[in-house]
Amino acid sequence: MRKLLASASALAAIVALAPMGEAQAAELTLCWAAWDPANALVEMSKDFEKASGTKMKFEFVPWPNFADRMLNELNSGGKLCDLLIGDSQWIGGSAENGYYVKLNDFFDREGIKMSDFADATVYAYSTWPKGTPNYWALPAMGDANGWFYRKDWFENPNLQAEYKAKYNRDLAPPKTWTELKETAEFFQGRKIDGKTVYGAAIFTERASEGITMGVTSALYPYGFKYENTPGKYDMEGAVNSADAVAGLEMYKEIYKCCTPPGYTDSYMGEGLDAFKSGQVAMMMNWFAFMPGMAKDEKVGTVTGFFVNPGQKVAASTLGGQGISVVANTDNMEGALAYIKWFAQPDVQKKWWSLGGYACHKAVLNDPSFKDSQPFAAQFLEAMGGVQDFWQEPAYASLLQAMQKRMHDYVVADKGTAKEALDGLIQDWTAIFQEEGKI
Amino acid sequence: MPDINAVADRVASATPPSVARAIRGLSDCSIAWLFVAPTIVLLLAINIFPLIWTIHLSFTNYASNRPNRPVVNVGLKWYQDILSSPEVWAAMQATAHFVFWTIFFQTLIGFTLAYLVDRKFRGHAFWTTIILIPMMLSPAVVGNFWKFLYQPQIGLFNYIVSFFTGLPPSSFEMLGSVTLAPWAIVIVDTWMWTPYVMLICLAGLRSIPDYIYEAAEVDRASKWRQFWSITLPMALPFIMLAVLFRGIENFKMFDMVMLLTGGGPGSTTELASITLKRQAFEAYRTGYSSAFAIILFVVVFGLANIYVRALNKVKQR
Amino acid sequence: MSGASTAHSVVEPSATSKRIAAFLVILYAVVTMVPLAWIFATAWKTPPDSISYPPKIVFDPSLEGYCNLFTTRTRQTDEYIESLGPPQGACEEVTRKREMVIAGPSNYIPRFINSLIIAFGSTFLAVSLGVFAAYAFSRFKIPLKDDLLFFILSTRMMPPIAVAIPIYLMYREVGLSDSALGMVLLYTAVNVSLAVWLLKGFIDEIPREYEEAAMIDGYTRLQAFFKVVLPQAATGIAATSIFCLIFAWNEYAFAVLLTSGQAQTAPPFIPTIIGEGGMDWPAVGAGTTLFLIPVVVFTVLLRKHLLRGITFGAVRK
Repeated sequence: MRKLLASASALAAIVALAPMGEAQAAELTLCWAAWDPANALVEMSKDFEKASGTKMKFEFVPWPNFADRMLNELNSGGKLCDLLIGDSQWIGGSAENGYYVKLNDFFDREGIKMSDFADATVYAYSTWPKGTPNYWALPAMGDANGWFYRKDWFENPNLQAEYKAKYNRDLAPPKTWTELKETAEFFQGRKIDGKTVYGAAIFTERASEGITMGVTSALYPYGFKYENTPGKYDMEGAVNSADAVAGLEMYKEIYKCCTPPGYTDSYMGEGLDAFKSGQVAMMMNWFAFMPGMAKDEKVGTVTGFFVNPGQKVAASTLGGQGISVVANTDNMEGALAYIKWFAQPDVQKKWWSLGGYACHKAVLNDPSFKDSQPFAAQFLEAMGGVQDFWQEPAYASLLQAMQKRMHDYVVADKGTAKEALDGLIQDWTAIFQEEGKI
Repeated sequence: MPDINAVADRVASATPPSVARAIRGLSDCSIAWLFVAPTIVLLLAINIFPLIWTIHLSFTNYASNRPNRPVVNVGLKWYQDILSSPEVWAAMQATAHFVFWTIFFQTLIGFTLAYLVDRKFRGHAFWTTIILIPMMLSPAVVGNFWKFLYQPQIGLFNYIVSFFTGLPPSSFEMLGSVTLAPWAIVIVDTWMWTPYVMLICLAGLRSIPDYIYEAAEVDRASKWRQFWSITLPMALPFIMLAVLFRGIENFKMFDMVMLLTGGGPGSTTELASITLKRQAFEAYRTGYSSAFAIILFVVVFGLANIYVRALNKVKQR
Repeated sequence: MSGASTAHSVVEPSATSKRIAAFLVILYAVVTMVPLAWIFATAWKTPPDSISYPPKIVFDPSLEGYCNLFTTRTRQTDEYIESLGPPQGACEEVTRKREMVIAGPSNYIPRFINSLIIAFGSTFLAVSLGVFAAYAFSRFKIPLKDDLLFFILSTRMMPPIAVAIPIYLMYREVGLSDSALGMVLLYTAVNVSLAVWLLKGFIDEIPREYEEAAMIDGYTRLQAFFKVVLPQAATGIAATSIFCLIFAWNEYAFAVLLTSGQAQTAPPFIPTIIGEGGMDWPAVGAGTTLFLIPVVVFTVLLRKHLLRGITFGAVRK
């Protein structure tokens, strides 16, 4: 009873605290997704608050609603966010519609050089039109889709021997998707520590972007391309090439053979749950979750990390975000000051140490970087081969079409891989026609 | 309800004398307009004006996230696109399946429950209140939580089914299987809204005057006969009312299913409102989705109109 | 059967049929409560217990769900946590056990307060507007009355997503996006149609003679309305309030599309409570439980009027 009372009073105290903190002079609200790195950013921003006297407020939205909520916020001209760490795919629309502030003049004035940041991240998170020196964001959080695996299971001598006998190679993080599938099959349904375990947790989420991010992680290594000639929107033969079909079929095979039951609509959260509760040998998920996983009280010490396997080429699906100033802000000065503060090499180093993926070369090119974390070298390797989804202003429509086609094929068992990709070209062509791009 | 009395008194006495004098002079006609006007103004502002705007938008290529793009008139293009789109028809079929089966089960169970509650056993009021609780939940929260209950490994639903049937709990996936998912959403909606149908049916049963049964009893009509020739026909207008309300509501269904399945697997449970939401607020195809909204409105308005006529005929009998 | 019932009035059900009815109704009530009981129970589990396989029916109750609902937490190093003083209160204790510290309050309370303001505000407005309009429609000759009435009802037939498209654009223009006022107006508009129809049914039943007698005694039409009609319509007002409140309290689609922070209500918030991986089910359970309380209390208080309200006041004994 006393415990209950104590907690009740704790709750009451929190309630009483809630309305405070209003009416302070300078405030900034930063919007991002609700996940581990965001918590690290809160921690780090305390330094900024001390240095500038600005009060930082945060609005973190869970991933499944993140794009919906934030794009809605931008489109409705809301004043919720002063700073937004938005997904790379939004940059086209946000630049063309003037939702973000163009940062070139500010960068020049403050001596912030984009050449100080990793090229792939500048290209993906900052520029629109793609690859031109028009900057709408500062690379904030590098990210790519990678893999987590149970080191303790992989290092089990009995399993190693059995694996070697079966596949004539060592049980180790797979280098290709074919190996990935075989390894997943090897673990599927096995009893480990008295529990049935499964091969791999992969992305199958329907509503937002999950299955697209998962499928592309197989498609890119197989040689899938969006266009034959970049910028020409000629998708026939690229999107539905024989390689792409093989990649998509591979993804479905892994889904069919080796995922835990019920993982029909799962994304980052469900994958993490499956991995942490010891259900799966491997899990596809973003690098962003690796720092948190490495510190996990249950599986932290027995978790290993590997880069998305290649097949024909080495490639990873790009995640990550840049930090932008929302054009509608009432505190432009403060927002720019925050970016200026964030771009400093020392802050970037602290960012990495707290679990954020800094994109600054001062961090990445540091000789000690590779060994600073068990996933640091993998991160560098992955960022060397990242590919991103369309960043067109119509990206949401393009993504929706892909979500539907992929989920229909992979999970709902409709049609063949070729038909799914053919259908996707049809959908995308219609969208680009509507856009006046073809 | 004495407090309402008191409020009314206070309102009446708080009216300043000059205003009261002015109102005293009002004719019934002006009072009528005074009373109706706020409602009409509100509905004009929040419903009719936007509706007209929607109709206007449905002929344009307007996209609410592209303020800088020139708006062009596209004529009937969207309407043609929608009516010839296989996805839209698939969504309409999914909606029809959902509406039909939810109404079927809810009416069947709801009426049975109402009939049983009308036996007026001791404690029936208490149990009726308990039964009502699911309909007081937020559909979004319900959808979210049933997603948890339907999890093949950690969820309660599969576990209970396996307890009674002996099937291993993770051998079937209510939300992941193309055949089961359409029924998964029917089960949740039925769980949630059967109490509502029960209430309406109960009101219907209570509306049947006792003397009719007394007369039947005098005529030595069997209980079975009484049910078919008195209870059911006389409660029928109420049952039909319940069907109308549930039909309209489920035709519009969005929140519960969106959070439960997100329209998946594939597009198996993508109801019309979900398609509409994706077009309007994810792809921001405002023109297209306006046309779709108008089509949906016409469908539900037309069906409801026909149905209300049938209902009135039944009532007049 | 009729032999057994001789002791009662002929329409009073027999003791056996009462017993069977009681058994079946209670069985249904118990079954229908299982998912709810699971929600309530989950609120008292720890996050690992909530996703254990097979589901845990017996577990050690934990405050973690409620704590997580009201707080945000950040993960910290052991050294940092050790450097802190002893935990204050049970919530800090459970948080520290997970190697985290409480970073601040969560958004649950502001969202809940928004829900209270918006739901009760719009219910009050809708019922107030509705009672005036219903009185006018009931008592006065209004040109095109039937058309107007049907028009008012038809506004409820639009799928919320369809309504939201133009409202979204309109609110963006006039600056009502993400404001409590905008949500109150919108919910009022949606509810007022229901209120007018429900209340008209009740007011139709109040004999005109009452007001006429009052007016002969020297009351004005308005005084008669406040002092005679309103008290008589109390039942109808109560029933209407329940239905308006249940809608406004639980509404999701408008809330998720038209609010993004300041004015967001609890239904869009609860399904987004995530823990360190997937959903934080205990916190979701806790949030759901607390969110259910106001509407259940309100309904239980006014439950006597529920039955009449649900049928548009059409029950006439």
